[in-house]
Amino acid sequence: MTVKDLVETLQLKVFSGSTGMNREVTGGYSSDLLSDVMGNAESGMVWITLQTHVNVMAIASLKELSAIILVKGFEPEENTLTQSNVEGIPILGTTLQTFEISGKLYQLLNS
Amino acid sequence: MNFEFKVQGGDFVRAGNASSQVKKILKQLNVDSAIIKRVVVALYEGEVNIAAHAFNGIINVEIDTERILIKLDDNGPGIPDIDLAMQPGYSTASPIVREMGFGAGMGLPNIKNNSDDFKISSVVGKGTHLEITVNLKSTKEEV
Repeated sequence: MTVKDLVETLQLKVFSGSTGMNREVTGGYSSDLLSDVMGNAESGMVWITLQTHVNVMAIASLKELSAIILVKGFEPEENTLTQSNVEGIPILGTTLQTFEISGKLYQLLNS
Repeated sequence: MNFEFKVQGGDFVRAGNASSQVKKILKQLNVDSAIIKRVVVALYEGEVNIAAHAFNGIINVEIDTERILIKLDDNGPGIPDIDLAMQPGYSTASPIVREMGFGAGMGLPNIKNNSDDFKISSVVGKGTHLEITVNLKSTKEEV
């Protein structure tokens, strides 16, 4: 499944990084603690978080994540957007909260 | 090969810069991706620690055919009780740093778990010194 498939199925907003829409999604990780994601997420995962600052892109890039989903209508900060476009790692958005979007993503990836 | 990076205390925007550069270099050198992942996690946590706690710091990365040795030296408050600082979940980070999702007390344990050899020393009121070694032929699993 690609990021694009995810966007269409889960009706996500695409904020940035649209050159990375064909990245393969291998799983998901839900956390707002950066060291937790740094230590435990694996490459190809989608990261679900409410953190909007530029450090999320540093982590997404270093861990080679496939995309970031911001929950509850949060929007990325300006330099986060810029970095997402540079890296080609999409930042997506949903109005759902972490529990709900994680459940949907889990179901989708395991169906 | 030797590389040096400077880190400024409080500068979270640039935290991750050294890790990103080192990752590129290691990829160019065709280093095994599992090893790169461990180096990157350890180095990123080290960078963030300097940004979160110190005034400034210097990172020195030494790469040879056997291993990658990363030395992080900061000018900062130092760590009074290293055993305590090494405990997962223990943190002295400020509320602002915590709000950003840092300061969960996972940084130093993450560094140790991803190193083949890890040394830490600190002088209160002066600064902290870390030495992280990742062997290129390491068989250690990613943690």
